[in-house]
Amino acid sequence: MENLDALTNEALELVAKAEDLAALDYVRVEYLGKKGKITALLKGLGKLSAEERPAAGAEINKAKAQVQEKLSARKDTLEADAINARLANETIDVTLGGRGQSAGGIHPVTRTLERISQIFKQAGYQVEEGPEIEDDYHNFEALNIPSHHPARAMHDTFYVDAKHVLRTHTSPVQVRTMETQEPPIRVICPGRVYRCDSDITHTPMFHQVEGLVVDKQISFADLKGTVDQFLKAFFEADVPVRFRPSYFPFTEPSAEVDIQCTQCGGKGCRVCKQTGWLEVMGCGMVHPNVFTSSNVDPNTYSGFAFGMGVERLAMLRYGVNDLRLFFENDLKFLGQF
Amino acid sequence: MKISESWLREWVNPSVSTAELCEQLTMAGLEVDGIEAVAGEFSGVVVGEIVEIEQHPDADKLRVCAVAGNGDTLTQVVCGATNARKGIKVPFATVGAVLPGNFKIKKAKLRGVESFGMLCSQTELQAGDDDSGLWELPQEAEAGQCLREFLSLEDKIIEVDLTPNRADCLGVSGIAREVGVLNSCPVNAPQIAPVKATIDDQKQASIKAGCGRYVSRIIRNIDITRPSPLWLQERLRRAGLRSIDAVVDVTNYVLLELGQPMHAFDLAKVSGDIDVRMAKQGEALTLLDGQEVTLKDDTLVIADANQALAIAGIMGGLSSSVTKTTCDIILESAFFEPAIIAGKARSYGLHTDSSHRFERGVDYELQVQAIERATGLLLDIVGGQAGAVVEEVNEASLPKAASVTLRRAKIAEGLGFAIDDERVLDILLRLGLTLKAQDDAGWTFGVPSHRFDIDIEADLLEELARIYGYNNLPVTSLRADLPILPINEVVTPLARLRESLVTQGYQEVITYSFVEPKLQALFDPNADAVQLLNPISADLSAMRTSLLPGLATALMHNVNRQQPRVRIFEAGLTFVPGGTGPAGLTQEPMLAALLYGDRFPEGWAQGKEKSDFFDLKGDLERLLSLNGPLSDYDFQAGVHPALHPGQTATIHKAGRQIGIIGALHPSTQRALGLEEPCFVFEVEQSAVLGGQMPTFTALSKYPEVRRDLAVVVDRGVSAQALQDTVKEAAGDALINLKVFDVYSGKGIDPLRKSVGLGLTYQHPSRTLNDEEINASIAAVMAELASMFNATLR
Repeated sequence: MENLDALTNEALELVAKAEDLAALDYVRVEYLGKKGKITALLKGLGKLSAEERPAAGAEINKAKAQVQEKLSARKDTLEADAINARLANETIDVTLGGRGQSAGGIHPVTRTLERISQIFKQAGYQVEEGPEIEDDYHNFEALNIPSHHPARAMHDTFYVDAKHVLRTHTSPVQVRTMETQEPPIRVICPGRVYRCDSDITHTPMFHQVEGLVVDKQISFADLKGTVDQFLKAFFEADVPVRFRPSYFPFTEPSAEVDIQCTQCGGKGCRVCKQTGWLEVMGCGMVHPNVFTSSNVDPNTYSGFAFGMGVERLAMLRYGVNDLRLFFENDLKFLGQF
Repeated sequence: MKISESWLREWVNPSVSTAELCEQLTMAGLEVDGIEAVAGEFSGVVVGEIVEIEQHPDADKLRVCAVAGNGDTLTQVVCGATNARKGIKVPFATVGAVLPGNFKIKKAKLRGVESFGMLCSQTELQAGDDDSGLWELPQEAEAGQCLREFLSLEDKIIEVDLTPNRADCLGVSGIAREVGVLNSCPVNAPQIAPVKATIDDQKQASIKAGCGRYVSRIIRNIDITRPSPLWLQERLRRAGLRSIDAVVDVTNYVLLELGQPMHAFDLAKVSGDIDVRMAKQGEALTLLDGQEVTLKDDTLVIADANQALAIAGIMGGLSSSVTKTTCDIILESAFFEPAIIAGKARSYGLHTDSSHRFERGVDYELQVQAIERATGLLLDIVGGQAGAVVEEVNEASLPKAASVTLRRAKIAEGLGFAIDDERVLDILLRLGLTLKAQDDAGWTFGVPSHRFDIDIEADLLEELARIYGYNNLPVTSLRADLPILPINEVVTPLARLRESLVTQGYQEVITYSFVEPKLQALFDPNADAVQLLNPISADLSAMRTSLLPGLATALMHNVNRQQPRVRIFEAGLTFVPGGTGPAGLTQEPMLAALLYGDRFPEGWAQGKEKSDFFDLKGDLERLLSLNGPLSDYDFQAGVHPALHPGQTATIHKAGRQIGIIGALHPSTQRALGLEEPCFVFEVEQSAVLGGQMPTFTALSKYPEVRRDLAVVVDRGVSAQALQDTVKEAAGDALINLKVFDVYSGKGIDPLRKSVGLGLTYQHPSRTLNDEEINASIAAVMAELASMFNATLR
């Protein structure tokens, strides 16, 4: 049986030296396989006496188990090494950028318009749109602005022909909505508007969102609440809001709405011209003449309307300092939103 | 409108600071646009009198003055002003004085002569814009008196930006009335005593529709050489007006004080009676400013027996104007209807203080009072004898005094809360309304003649809210029914399309709706685009008929700023002649995109190959698949004047063309100065947004079978045609068909191409056998052979 120890040691040595799975497999077949050298010793047991046989058999099986155990352990090690080697080999620089297109972006005016729309939609407002080349009636007459009214001078109007203009505000959509819908009405009307004016603070085209609510017993307090809640929602801040009497032919009473300067917090700065306040929108209770023009009975219904400049709100929200940037479409500007 | 605070406080003087006063005005709807000091900051300046003056011994342009005003003795001051002379009184900055700009006055030596102080001009004190020499003060100024006190320079100029409805505040009296109401304090209007006629002269006037009241008076023997007193000049200056002569100054003063525009004619230049009439078409008139106008017959004029003398309510004429030699005048104070004046000034390219007021409405009961005020002031300054006031009234052109009923319940309903009766009456009566009747329901008020903007109940609510303070009114949350409304699922929101393009690398742009006509013609040479009648500039004058010119403009802006790669899109209206919309136009919402430069952004992982037609088409196809099958759309080789004839497809849906896609024509590319090819598409939003409701089809449990065919056909055969034919011939079990390869070149007839078609079969309820597939493939090949002379490769 000294042969067993020698074979066992031989096999264990080979296991320890094995550098790959093939070498290990060779050891398994050569020593532990059906025709393996250690297995072969079992065949020699027949020559032993019945008393010696169990002990000798146990010896051989123990040796086989010992070799098998080492062999498995070595196999695990080699497999782990192989995986580690593969992982090491496959390691990449994960900080490199990904493949394919880079993302584009939404124009800041659209982004702002959608934000405004979302805020009002969640409060149950519908979105209405209208034509940008408007007839004189919807842009002016139906809004209580007859021809030669001094208020027309407030609108530097682009004319298409004697009877048609590029709409100077989104208010005509109010009229079109009331012409086709029965109260209660709760709509906002976003869109492009045009004024014949171009300088550092004016572009000949810009965007407005008009709002209109018509129902029974709508009060100025409701208007104030709506505007106040909207501005706080839009700026996601408890911004102080104030209402100043103003004049629009299509509302009575009319108001301008100021928010406390977002730049200086009301202390006074260049942005708010030292007043501490920034004008952000106009609003008022719908003038009875406008109701009458649109076949809504002013004795039954009341309502309010408001209108805001989208670029103005976007400038305040994002800190843009030049209105004209919105329409130059420089990718370096647009990419910031 | 600019007014001096001290003038306002003469009328009404609440105990509030300037800042508080301005805040009150702003919050009452009379927005204060600016507050400025009437003079620069300075100290140590007194009224000085030049008692002696002699030539400087060593300088031609300097004089040495002995000036009274600083203490009991005379002070020696060297002065270079040309109007320095003995006896005049001028501002005298003594040693130690500080002038605007922190300029300290010290003892100095000028060419060897000592000077103890400085004599000043208006500009040196920032108290006016006359820099021609020393500021000559009136003789009643007392030497030694503090100049700031003498000139009341501790005053502010308040600039009020008035809305068009508040013509009543275009005068100190109106603003004073508002301040009185806001502070519940009395308003002290100056006493205006009628001036008794001392001569018999008078001019009769005949007035026509448009003129409600014409008040005139003759004043004879005035001395026009006498200047307006300093206080009057200063008030005009502080309101932004220059002193001209006493007559003009007084009419301007009354305009500023009471809001009544006035005019004065030189009596000697007026023949016969005054005739307020419509102009004759083509009648000529030279205006005060020298401008010659050709009058239209819709314009009211003041004429004499021979000719038009002035455009009523807008501007006087040159020939009858008051000049340095005038000694007799006719003063005019009239009421013209806003409707007859509105728009007229602008139609002659004019805008005057007078037209500004008449267009908006001048108090129609003010005319006599104003002419008495002007007469009184004028006689004090220039002397002379006044004739009787002649008043012509045309009731038809005078507004009717309105009365408006205010229901108590409407206050609560409209404003959201009730104001007590006492406060309601206090506010409205102080505003000048008169209580005509009163009952349980409310009140009826008479509207004063100065308010043209009070007509209906809502106007009174505004007055109450305004004076009570908008910010003192309650704030409520809107209460309303909230019905749940359906959403049309078949229509994709535009926002989803935008987002899809953004994730595909496109940046949204917003371009002007008006474009340069030449650029438009490049993309749409046949369109008869709408031109603006009054464009802001020639390059923004044509309403766009396509979004492509705008995208091209945005592309060029960026290419010119070193952007090598541009992917942009825009959604917006085009204005296409034809259709039933306003102005005979169709305002069609379109969506367009543009692709330029490399296929991918520069990066380690991707090559630098250029974009091609199929990059853009793939992007568009993904967009079209968002809400319905791509098979709803049909691409056909097409033509477009700006696009490459071999790389353009028209896009069709339900048999109608809904858009176009293609590469820019090389000549378009050259015209735009682009170095590389550029690809664009433009589609109708309505077609792309409208999709299909998804409908469920059961999934088959049986295996798919795939067969590939490489067929050789003529080059001109389109992939679309091949696919249509295969689908037709293959039978229902064909569930997918792909073009996996297109090859022409070596091994293929040069006029032919090889197209690899991948056919996938699957049956919903059983496994397909080889015979069935083979039969389908055979049918497909037979059909391809007969239709396109196709052979297997």
